[in-house]
Amino acid sequence: MLNLTAGTRLRSAVCDMEGIVIRQPDSAGSLACGGIPMLDAKNPASTSAERIAQAEPNRALIGKRYVDEESGLEVLCSKQGLGGLSFDGRPLTLKQAKPLPASD
Amino acid sequence: MNIHLFLEMAADAAPDRIAIGTRAAGITYGELLAMSRRAAQQMTNAPIRTVTYCGLNRPELPAALFAASLAGKPFTPLNYRLPDTDLKRLLERSAPSFTLCDTDIAKRCEGVADIQLHVVDAFFAECSRPDNAAPELADSAQDIAIVLFTSGTTAEPKAAILRHSNLVDYVLSTLEFFSADENEAALISVPPYHIAGMSALLTSVYCGRRIVSLPAFDPGVWVDTVIAEGITHAMVVPTMLKRIVEVIAERDVTLPSLRALSYGGGRMPATVIERAMDLLPDVGFVNAYGLTETSSTIAILDPASHRAAKASGTAEGRRRLSSVGKPLPHLELEIRDENEVAVPVGVVGEIWVRGSQVSGEYEGRKVVRDDGWFPTNDAGWIDDEGFLFVEGRLDDVIVRGGENISPAEIEDVLIANAQIDDVAVIGLPDEEWGEKIVAAIVVNAPVCIDQLKNQVRERLRSTRVPSVFVVRDTLPYNDTGKLLRRQLRQELAANISTSDAAVG
Repeated sequence: MLNLTAGTRLRSAVCDMEGIVIRQPDSAGSLACGGIPMLDAKNPASTSAERIAQAEPNRALIGKRYVDEESGLEVLCSKQGLGGLSFDGRPLTLKQAKPLPASD
Repeated sequence: MNIHLFLEMAADAAPDRIAIGTRAAGITYGELLAMSRRAAQQMTNAPIRTVTYCGLNRPELPAALFAASLAGKPFTPLNYRLPDTDLKRLLERSAPSFTLCDTDIAKRCEGVADIQLHVVDAFFAECSRPDNAAPELADSAQDIAIVLFTSGTTAEPKAAILRHSNLVDYVLSTLEFFSADENEAALISVPPYHIAGMSALLTSVYCGRRIVSLPAFDPGVWVDTVIAEGITHAMVVPTMLKRIVEVIAERDVTLPSLRALSYGGGRMPATVIERAMDLLPDVGFVNAYGLTETSSTIAILDPASHRAAKASGTAEGRRRLSSVGKPLPHLELEIRDENEVAVPVGVVGEIWVRGSQVSGEYEGRKVVRDDGWFPTNDAGWIDDEGFLFVEGRLDDVIVRGGENISPAEIEDVLIANAQIDDVAVIGLPDEEWGEKIVAAIVVNAPVCIDQLKNQVRERLRSTRVPSVFVVRDTLPYNDTGKLLRRQLRQELAANISTSDAAVG
């Protein structure tokens, strides 16, 4: 199973989406993009999964953070693709953060 | 997480966007990552404990910071303005080290044991050969990312420790990755050994905002650079803003590209910020309060609050222009008395803060409590709408006849006089009252001391009236604009006891 410790960089098997784990889930599970398990970004192996052609409605957007309330998993989208994120089949939800003005 | 990940993410998201330097000849995120990886290779297996940096702000500084992080070595920028003996002392404390320095500083570092001395530009030129053997990024959240020596205005400088987890949490909690558009550029004019200089590098890379840095601050060059480079964001200390405002007024220029100007690192006189807001009406001003030990900002007065305070019809509302605003939402902040019990609204006490960006740790000593709360040693109070007012270091509070008196509120009354350019209020030992209030003023025209005393009596109360006024040519500051109160106290104590130069 994919390592999901904080700092792990991930890539989608079905689109250009890339992300990074901000908070590790407190239970094991499968993190997917576009419904297909994500890959470790360091792993060059390709998959046989078919790439998706259209943006999903819950598509992960660059800079945004997505959470799974149940397990505590939090993923930051560092590169935008077409797919949305899910953990063990549960769609991740956008973490609303009030952006603060630049202070330094 | 390690702060180096920010650079890797930025280089992935936009390898060709300019990260550092001018629009015409800057370094891209892709190039910055390559520089960092090559430099890290030289550092990673060296028998060193830290990577120290003794030099000005220069384009290689961010690469040096990120390289040290990738190599797993604490990055320690040192104050090159210190006298040679003090600089050597800090180098010795950081050894064994890989030391990057400017050409003219190299000879000042000679003779220190266990340092591998490299001149910055020569080092980066040498390791410019492409190579793929960069070290693997370890899981290192609890490792030390940055060590900053506190300015040591009171004693031997303390080595404040910031871990990757502190800095990563600060950045993630306050900003959105790559939220800057391609035209944004931040001007950094605080030196590398200041926490704001370090945090600006991290936040700019994370936001995707181009970094332009001034080797050393000069108000004219600052204004020229903002105009020439289309600077959108900048951070300054109060003394810098005062001089910038003078240049803008004198040259009668506007800074159309500038959107956000934040300030911190000391008390901002109301006259300076009001004038700045008048001269730059389209700029969003942010007052940022934070400490080295808290990984930079913990409270901000945002642009809307600046405008509301300036336009307010009440004294209470206008006073908020001198507040540091509200604590960041992901932190907890309390005002506590000397028994460490929280005090009610409006009462002055010590500012305590808790949150994962707070390190509260020095080499060999932890100040943060087991429950995560950190006593800042700053005095402050919170008003009924939650605005935080910082009254300076706890040690600077004057205790006169059992009453705690904040120098800042007296200083605010006095500085409002056009004839007074600068002021500092301190306490000196007094047989009758424990401490007496002494005001040191710098004037540009004659002042009537009785009138000044009356002002303080009317605005505050009679117990706050300074018993002694001393007129001086200047007040002592360190190079980042912090008033050296201890030095001033010693000078005034000597001056008042040995001569009649004091007025009043």
